[in-house]
Amino acid sequence: LVFTEEDKYGLYSNLLFKYFLAEGVVCGHDLFVASAKEHPDNILKELPAPLLDDTHGKELGDEAAAVKSGDVQDSMKIAWRYQNLPKMEASPTTYTKFGHYYDISKKMSPELCESIKWHSFYLHEELSSQPEMKTCKMNSGYARLLQSIQRIISQEGFDGSDPQKKQRNVLRIGIQSLGSILWGDDICCSDTPEDTHSLTKFLYVLRGLLRKSLSACIITVPAHLIQNKAIMERVTNLSDVVVGLESFIGSERETNPLYKDYHGLVHVHQIPRLNSLICDVSDTKDLAFRLKRKLFTIERLHLPPDLSDTVSRASKQDLAGSAKLLSSGCGAMAIGKKHLDF
Amino acid sequence: QGKFTLLRDTRTDGSFLVHHFLSFYLRAGCKVCFVALLQSFSHYSIVAQKLGVSLAAAKERGQLVFLEGLKSCLDLLFGEEEQPGQPSPLQFVSGSSSELRALFDFVRVSLAPHGSDSWKGPVLLVDDLGVLLSLGASPVAVLDFIHYCRVCVCCQLKGNIVVLVHSNEDSEDEENELVVNSLCHHSNLILWAEGLATGFCKDVHGQIKIIKRLSLQQAGEQDVVQIYQYKIQERNVTFFARGLSAAVL
Repeated sequence: LVFTEEDKYGLYSNLLFKYFLAEGVVCGHDLFVASAKEHPDNILKELPAPLLDDTHGKELGDEAAAVKSGDVQDSMKIAWRYQNLPKMEASPTTYTKFGHYYDISKKMSPELCESIKWHSFYLHEELSSQPEMKTCKMNSGYARLLQSIQRIISQEGFDGSDPQKKQRNVLRIGIQSLGSILWGDDICCSDTPEDTHSLTKFLYVLRGLLRKSLSACIITVPAHLIQNKAIMERVTNLSDVVVGLESFIGSERETNPLYKDYHGLVHVHQIPRLNSLICDVSDTKDLAFRLKRKLFTIERLHLPPDLSDTVSRASKQDLAGSAKLLSSGCGAMAIGKKHLDF
Repeated sequence: QGKFTLLRDTRTDGSFLVHHFLSFYLRAGCKVCFVALLQSFSHYSIVAQKLGVSLAAAKERGQLVFLEGLKSCLDLLFGEEEQPGQPSPLQFVSGSSSELRALFDFVRVSLAPHGSDSWKGPVLLVDDLGVLLSLGASPVAVLDFIHYCRVCVCCQLKGNIVVLVHSNEDSEDEENELVVNSLCHHSNLILWAEGLATGFCKDVHGQIKIIKRLSLQQAGEQDVVQIYQYKIQERNVTFFARGLSAAVL
């Protein structure tokens, strides 16, 4: 269960969302897209086109080798987290590299989209039908969504209930902007929401559904709007992966010369710890993303060389203080002049 | 016998302690009731196998009663109508009552001694208590549940209870902090796993504070606090005194 905290304007989290879905199309997985904001049909039309030719792959390789060989590895490492999501013991992928590359300046061709089976859930259309779910004291939008997901899982046999089906496929579920007012939940507008438990109950049941079937899910949430931080803590506990995107648009960091190469930061709050005592904690904790013309990349945050006389100590400290290091094994980073993990 | 152990973690994951206690008690021949709210059976099973215990076999011979919270919740919401004699332990989620009575009854029935049993003392293991709060139980209901369990398991059956909770110094989750603080006061032993204060380190995953609450047993006694650091490996966790990690020596 991948939980993504949206950046303020939702631009970059939307991109991640689309990447997840596009990867599903290219791998031949089934898709389930739910949204209260945009109609899923429109979301699917906007998926980036995959880069299937080798020439571009080689170009990418050359560029990476010239700049910093670590970067390409890092971005695959991050993509690997997303690839590794099927909850049942999934057979290991036979690809030599994890995932695919996409060109965001081009849209995915309709034929490719149609090659897979996809299901959609658009809240405003679903509201008219009757719910059959038992009363659960949960927000009705969430309840319907759960019911819809459960129905697809059992009908299409993702939970292994149909022994006849030889080809087992993976279901990728994408839920956009959960928790926003459009879903009928007021946790994003008020400090003392009416029902603080709807979102967490929803996540718990969703987690159960994912564990029981061959599916993986990405959820984006406008976390910056949720006033009640207790909910965010509980949500973090209930998710396998929690990633926060912080974009620099409109903040003072946009003009900070240290961040000039990047468009935002990636905060990894939680990584999965499944089927094992330990988790694979990567060496680097400071990640930033940038949106190039064709690619969205996530890289290790590195300071540019300190060539100028005017770069002051204060801004460096600021950088250190703002990089949050939350992982399974560390406490809060010691605030100080030393950059411990750079 | 009759002890309440609290597993607590702050800014790190203390679930390795749960896996340890599970395999420890099973190997010791105790009857274990495991209320596993956060992960699926297969997750615990795979880790237990690495630690040398088979959960499926333990279940088969009646030594382990496993409540898989995720599955139970799904059955409650999407399953057929429940049989009258077998109420779902997680009934409170569907809102019929906000008490955890059904969950307590489940625990009580699972650990009740049968004539043919030859197990040593009963053990209740919970992973993790905070999930009950997320599912809508009030903190008072959770504390009541623990209290009833203590009376039944620790006092009447002379068994042990081990519970995992998460906490955080600057947490804004007041309900959770209330439950955690209250449990701390009533525990005989607290194992507190924390991340290192200096930040992330590859070789030392965290530190563990072991607090033996002798002050509960005898007035005037001080609690004994021991601090070790640990590193988690694939099949094992190594503990060492502070500053003496293998990477340093």
